[in-house]
Amino acid sequence: MRQFDYKRATDAQGAIAAHAGQRAAYLAGGTTLIDLVKLDVMQPERLVDVNRLALSEIEDTEDGRLCIGATVRNTALAYDPRVKRDYTVLSEALLQGASRQLRNRATTAGNVMQRVRCSYFRDGISPCNKREPGTGCSAIEGHNREVFAVLGTSEHCIAVHPSDMCVAMAAIGATVAVEGPDGTREIAFSDFHKLPGDTPHIEHALAPDELITHVTLDAPIHGAGSTYVKLRDRSSYQFALASCAAIVALDGDRIREARLALGGVGTKPWRCHEAEAELAGVAADDTAALAAAARRAMEDATPYKHNAFKIPLARKAIVQAIKDAAARAGQGALA
Amino acid sequence: MKDSTQHAVDVSISLRINGQMTELDVPPNVVLLDALRNRLDLTGTKKGCDHGQCGACTVLVNGEAVNSCLSLAVVHDGDDITTVEGLANGPDDNKTLSPVQQAFLDNDAFQCGYCTPGQMVSATELLGNENVATTDADIAEAMSGNICRCGAYKNIVAAVQSARSTHGNRG
Repeated sequence: MRQFDYKRATDAQGAIAAHAGQRAAYLAGGTTLIDLVKLDVMQPERLVDVNRLALSEIEDTEDGRLCIGATVRNTALAYDPRVKRDYTVLSEALLQGASRQLRNRATTAGNVMQRVRCSYFRDGISPCNKREPGTGCSAIEGHNREVFAVLGTSEHCIAVHPSDMCVAMAAIGATVAVEGPDGTREIAFSDFHKLPGDTPHIEHALAPDELITHVTLDAPIHGAGSTYVKLRDRSSYQFALASCAAIVALDGDRIREARLALGGVGTKPWRCHEAEAELAGVAADDTAALAAAARRAMEDATPYKHNAFKIPLARKAIVQAIKDAAARAGQGALA
Repeated sequence: MKDSTQHAVDVSISLRINGQMTELDVPPNVVLLDALRNRLDLTGTKKGCDHGQCGACTVLVNGEAVNSCLSLAVVHDGDDITTVEGLANGPDDNKTLSPVQQAFLDNDAFQCGYCTPGQMVSATELLGNENVATTDADIAEAMSGNICRCGAYKNIVAAVQSARSTHGNRG
């Protein structure tokens, strides 16, 4: 592994000062960062360790939201009683991601900042617009099955955003609190991750030296049920081919409100507003109507040579997730 | 801010490893796995993929299983580390196998043995872990970060079940 220097920060402003003016990276769990430094895909000259910042708590806000510190580990978040009860979709998404060892280290902010799993990005050699802007995309005409998108792609990059956690957060709705040299600000979760477009090397909305300090989830929908359906090549410890986070609230046996987000198919965590609108008022057991909404969610999909199967697969994940979430909504309303 | 600026020079850290305080000077780019194996001669912890994909390097940090190949040693200053060498109980000249070690032996839960230290450390975290339920499927899911290329999974699950059923809440 290349050499870098190391600064251990104890507060946010100290971390930001240590990060400024360097080719630096913030180090939390390190499960992506150290991997990519070993591969020489990321080449930081300095790592700023933020593990000792006081950002490891999960706290209720006065307005009924849930504020998650940047360094809360995936394991701690998944098993938090409030998350299991009010944000089941998030707990399930976290527990279907990676392995137990990785979840014990991986953090909330680090997962938001997770890098793509594209083999051409990771090999350090192939043309890749994300790693070396202007060199081209090897995946478009190459092997583009597992971790390659059908939604939100461009002629410059088709890599999937690989996080499960972020798909759940996209469905729930959230804000990302960041701190930089000039103070703090909030970024809507839906605005945080950037589509590749002409600039696939720009992946997120952070300004130079900004540090994620918290992610605050929107208040849960009263009486809603939720779930995360993840389809993959093996049943554990594998990235999604297609996944769906669904949150469904019922009015009688009809859907009052639905929220859907997709993983494994989009270049960012993929919220499906139009399909959600189609679901309002639909009977939760009307499979044809659910399938129509699923078709709507995937209608703009662009298949590549090896991943066209993801389009029908994602539709099936959507229908299954809505049904499973709706089944839980009934239970929630009784409580 | 209290900081410890380092310019790619060694950083002094202290680790509590298998119950013993250990002082160590390491360059920032040394991962915990290499510090254990190459600096402290604790070669029970194995290097497999070196990228967090196989689990051979699993150690406990403050009681939690982690991939020591993906974690810098400097990050662990002050942490409590348990390696496979620390699983057995008793003095050096009279050790008894831990419940997990005994269960792996009793259930023939290994073939070549290379993944076994990581498997046993990972299983040790499951003793008394109430977040992981008791079916074989739950065990398999909880152990999925430990790859066994000999395919001894069936007996590994049996060993973990055995250890948990007799020592579930005592570690």
